[in-house]
Amino acid sequence: MAVGIRTHDLRKIYTSAPPMAAGGLVARGSAKGSKHPKPQITALDGLSLEIQPGEIFGLLGPNGAGKSTTVGVLTTRVRPTSGQAWIGEYDVWKAQAEVKHLIGVVPQRPNHDFSLTAREILIFHAAYFGMGARQRNERADSLLEKFKLTDRANQMVRGFSGGMMQRLSIARAMMHDPQVLFLDEPSAGLDPQTRILLWDIIRDYNREGKTILLTTHYMEEADALCHRLAIVDHGKIIALDTPQQLKASIPGGYLLRLRFGHRTSELLQRLQSLAGVREVRSNDGTGTDVYADRGGSLIPEIAAVAVSAGAELSDVHISEPSLENLFLHHTGRSLRD
Amino acid sequence: MNWKAFGAMLARDAHVARRNAIQLFFQTFLQPLLFVFIFGRVMVGSGYMPPQYKSLLLPGIIAISMVFTGIWAVAMPLIAEFQWTREIEDRLLAPIDIRWIALEKVLAGMIQAAVAGLVVIPLAWLVLGPGIGLSVHSPLAFIAIITLVSAFSACGGLALGCSMNQQHIGLMFSMLLTPMIFFGCTYYPWSALEKFPVLQKAVLVNPIVYASEGMRGTLVPQFPHLSTVVTLGALLVFDLVLLAVGLRQFDKKAIS
Repeated sequence: MAVGIRTHDLRKIYTSAPPMAAGGLVARGSAKGSKHPKPQITALDGLSLEIQPGEIFGLLGPNGAGKSTTVGVLTTRVRPTSGQAWIGEYDVWKAQAEVKHLIGVVPQRPNHDFSLTAREILIFHAAYFGMGARQRNERADSLLEKFKLTDRANQMVRGFSGGMMQRLSIARAMMHDPQVLFLDEPSAGLDPQTRILLWDIIRDYNREGKTILLTTHYMEEADALCHRLAIVDHGKIIALDTPQQLKASIPGGYLLRLRFGHRTSELLQRLQSLAGVREVRSNDGTGTDVYADRGGSLIPEIAAVAVSAGAELSDVHISEPSLENLFLHHTGRSLRD
Repeated sequence: MNWKAFGAMLARDAHVARRNAIQLFFQTFLQPLLFVFIFGRVMVGSGYMPPQYKSLLLPGIIAISMVFTGIWAVAMPLIAEFQWTREIEDRLLAPIDIRWIALEKVLAGMIQAAVAGLVVIPLAWLVLGPGIGLSVHSPLAFIAIITLVSAFSACGGLALGCSMNQQHIGLMFSMLLTPMIFFGCTYYPWSALEKFPVLQKAVLVNPIVYASEGMRGTLVPQFPHLSTVVTLGALLVFDLVLLAVGLRQFDKKAIS
């Protein structure tokens, strides 16, 4: 049975530097006067979320936005200053052991047991979850195979590459077959090939009915993987919807690059008057850029206008609105700031 | 309480200890045996120390070995795992109350400390040669002392390991543990401090005093020693205080 995730008005204020469980949070002090000599860092500022069972949900935002702290609160590693969090029917901070049974966590930075081999890491992890010896051996072998680690299974992980450590982290998180999988910046530092493999693995796991929450600051990743996305900044959700809807919410977010065999000023005027078109710019020669708040659905109308104006449409390229643009639109800052 | 998870963590620590057995052996026994050899064999053999010193020294050496082993076994992995490798995170996510993870560390440390104490006895016997007058009059008191000293070292390791910064490890040994050992009545009985009355009172805040005097009381009762009841009671108090501090610090480190 798939399990959902819910948070209500989560707040987290750090009074010292955010420790390991919060990941690489960027310090952002807020001066509160001389009453508070300790620096106060507001990591979460009233964050409420509802993630459906069986959904791939993404938290997108720049470093220090509060993504890792949210994951920390949901995975029993960061105690919220106020607010509540639930995994399925369990309140995370009242039923920690039950919650830990339901979740698997892939940390931002590998945290493997350096005293063990790759296979032992998986076996002991399963043992912590009470899995029987036969079952954990079988599952470890199948996951090592799936993550292409079989030939390194009996080596200590100290010498593993970043990509191998990351694959092992995911295998470990899946060992006890959790209903909810958390991945904190899963593709940070991975080469493009491993990233694609990772995306396939995440999709496969989701197809088994598992809920997935991932954080990322790569918009391509959020776009490619997530059913729904929340854009987080300064510990708050500033937008939440499907990637498509989010992108469509940017006014004039689509860019249609058109090329006509023959272009007239009448054509440009008639393009401008089409519903949804925000701006028409003619380039040198025969090229025309149309900024609009819809994409493909404009093409038949553009083609019809071109025919009636005696201009033949010869080439079309549609750029979809990007999450980068969306973030810029909502915050006035780039995701990479 | 999830005994399966607790047992699996204990099995993990045993597995790692087995893997590092040779390193652990030298780390635990080399220093005490060298000490026993120089003071018990060379100094006694050359006549600088009376022959009885062998028997007086051994309980102190057992106490030092146990204290060092327990603190090292618990504190060092915790410092590394919380601050550097972060490998404890996987265990923190196991379906068990995190206090039990700290208690598992304490139990594993206690076992190592007790083994260290019990193995030092025959090893030292071999190094010292004949003339040691050990006699366990009350096995129950001996077991109680071994248990409480092991618990002291492991709980101390928990409290230190969750409070110290990685860069202060050297300081922990030179500023804290070394003075504790030298003022811990390890190489001399507490009664030998009679000539230094202020020091004799002051060292009573040092738990290692009760560890070595307790060992002396149960292994070589022919020498002057603090009452076994007093040493057991004092060790119990230190154990409980260090455990409470350790658990609190562990919680602070584990959950932000």
